[in-house]
Amino acid sequence: MLTAEKRGETVAEVKPQEDIRWKKIEGAMRKHGNTSDALIETLHTVQDVYGYLDEKVLHKVAVALRVPLSSVYGVATFYHIFTLKPKGLHTCVVCMGTACYIKGAQAVLDLIEKEYGIKPGETTEDGKLSVLTARCLGSCSLAPAVVIDGEIIGKMAPEKIFEKLQGVVNHDS
Amino acid sequence: MTLDEIRKNLYTEEKEKPFLHHIYICVAAGCLSFHSDKVLKALAAEVEKQGLSEEVEVKGVGCLGLCTEAPLILIEPGTIYYRAVQPEDAPEIIAALGKKPVARLLSPSDQPFFAMQKKIVLENSGLIDPEKIEDYISVGGYSALFNVISSGNSAEVIETISKSGLKGRGGAGYPTGLKWSTVAKAPGNEKYLICNADEGDPGAFMDRSVLESNPHKILEGMAIAAYAVGAKHGYIYVRAEYPLAVKRLRTAIKQAENSGILGNRIFGTNFSFTLDIRLGAGAFVCGEETALIASIEGKRGSPRSRPPYPAESGLWGKPTLINNVETFANISAIMQNGWEWFASIGTEKSKGTKVFALAGRVRNTGLIEVPMGTTLRAIIFDIGGGIPDDRKFKAVQTGGPSGGCIPEQYLDMQVDYESLAKVGSIMGSGGMIVMDETSCMVDVAKFFMEFCMTESCGKCVPCRVGTVQMHALLEKITSGSASMEDLEKLEELCDLVKNTSLCGLGQTSPNPVLSTLRYFRHEYLAHIQEKRCPAGVCKISQKKGVHP
Repeated sequence: MLTAEKRGETVAEVKPQEDIRWKKIEGAMRKHGNTSDALIETLHTVQDVYGYLDEKVLHKVAVALRVPLSSVYGVATFYHIFTLKPKGLHTCVVCMGTACYIKGAQAVLDLIEKEYGIKPGETTEDGKLSVLTARCLGSCSLAPAVVIDGEIIGKMAPEKIFEKLQGVVNHDS
Repeated sequence: MTLDEIRKNLYTEEKEKPFLHHIYICVAAGCLSFHSDKVLKALAAEVEKQGLSEEVEVKGVGCLGLCTEAPLILIEPGTIYYRAVQPEDAPEIIAALGKKPVARLLSPSDQPFFAMQKKIVLENSGLIDPEKIEDYISVGGYSALFNVISSGNSAEVIETISKSGLKGRGGAGYPTGLKWSTVAKAPGNEKYLICNADEGDPGAFMDRSVLESNPHKILEGMAIAAYAVGAKHGYIYVRAEYPLAVKRLRTAIKQAENSGILGNRIFGTNFSFTLDIRLGAGAFVCGEETALIASIEGKRGSPRSRPPYPAESGLWGKPTLINNVETFANISAIMQNGWEWFASIGTEKSKGTKVFALAGRVRNTGLIEVPMGTTLRAIIFDIGGGIPDDRKFKAVQTGGPSGGCIPEQYLDMQVDYESLAKVGSIMGSGGMIVMDETSCMVDVAKFFMEFCMTESCGKCVPCRVGTVQMHALLEKITSGSASMEDLEKLEELCDLVKNTSLCGLGQTSPNPVLSTLRYFRHEYLAHIQEKRCPAGVCKISQKKGVHP
């Protein structure tokens, strides 16, 4: 099967680092047979290596899997987990599942908005912190739960969220 | 190759003397987020330090159930549970082995939470290391699969499952045996098997816990099903939001393949079955079977109308069997103990046990498994320990966004598929969220409607437009600006969306509204006529309100 490179499509001037990332994505496509049903698995890989779905990369994926770009865009925007915008340096995911909602997840979000001025899906101006919401993390017995940089924190008292986030955000400055 | 030979291959060196003490530390996601991995390391280091490595086994295991007391550990013999264990507690715990337990950490093992449960699906969940196939085999795992394949009678498997009365645990409760026989009878050689592990229902985490605690049990159930219906390839569609479950499943599949239990020529016979994992990407509608199939095919998760059902035309147009995680988890036990045993548990029409994820305003949150027919009161007040802070019970929500809120007067009702349907809720996948007087039922209905509105795939009009309109009306009610006419409109819309939507998501989306209207109509009226929220949740501005 022809890959994008072999067909001489817009991959000529990639940087070496780009190349490694694209290799990983190609690997994922090959593993799933380079067919259209590999699309979702491929997008997972793109998001893993780039942190988000980069538009240029989506073009390349569409060509490689021979899926219309409109379908790629359709799938990318249909599923919540995919994001077309780069995320901040740190991420805070607030679970909005039923158990977390009953136990005050909205208050956590309100406080984040008050302190940092960002709503779910937004990133602070300095690019340091993104806040997202999740449908349910399955950590209902620890409600309310948040995930800060991949680490689940259970029984999050709303009033402690600022302190927690400041610890993470200021850690690298 | 027999199972015994596989077992011998796995145990290269047999331990001479058995361990005197076993320490099991829960390393499922709940306890892990309270750093149970550090507790595990500290305990292992302490055992090493005191030179007890030959006598004491320290092992990371799956979910022990009582998540609210995380990190939880279990010591055998003696069935001693220690709660909220910290790494610093290690020396004291090791020193107390075989002596008087550490009183300050003790969580009584005879408390109803542990004593009233009956475990089939969660059996061994807190006793075996989920990342070791030899642990699963040592407690009798894969012997049901071995017996089934050796007997060579696939029709008998389907008969056993049919007679056991097992119903699909994903929510709708379709008889499992009937589904299997439809797929088995479907023409063609190419058939597929799918395990639905897309647990999108907010407030439910049974599947996550089963996958994290005992992944091989699912693989065994799937392989038996594949043998029975004649499928050669299967998929596990699991949420990407469950990274630990995905990791453990991948490990389990690799181990089973390496041992000759999955893959080509299983146990040296002519039966082959391969398994792949497909990651979900956060779409609630993908729990619907035709949407799930579209997602595995790499497309948007839009459902299509049925018939044809997936049993006749599913993945890539081939006959496909789709069952939920918990359904597959029941299979090996039924094959092992016989259908009579399974059918003797539960109520007249609902057999076996059900796993519930108990959460919300209840003292003991966590994962429980009880026989069908256990009363809500026993689940919430005995096993769950009641409502904390001396507050009053208001309602329990079952079935997530497709279910309903059950009020106090039905607490003594036996929980099974039929009784839940009778009071306007559903069994669903098993989420059970307890609410006390601090929850406003209109606000809860709005929460679920917001969920359905965002999760609607947009294919059919009643669901796409209807959920938005219903949400707007609920918003109006909770802000205190609604009239009685709006309430009428809401009820009309509920009826319309319920009866005209394409798939389950739309058809059941009015359920939270309908059930709260049925039992808590006075709360709606208080918002509309008196412009006040009885629970004090909704922010009603007095000026905005216009009396009808």
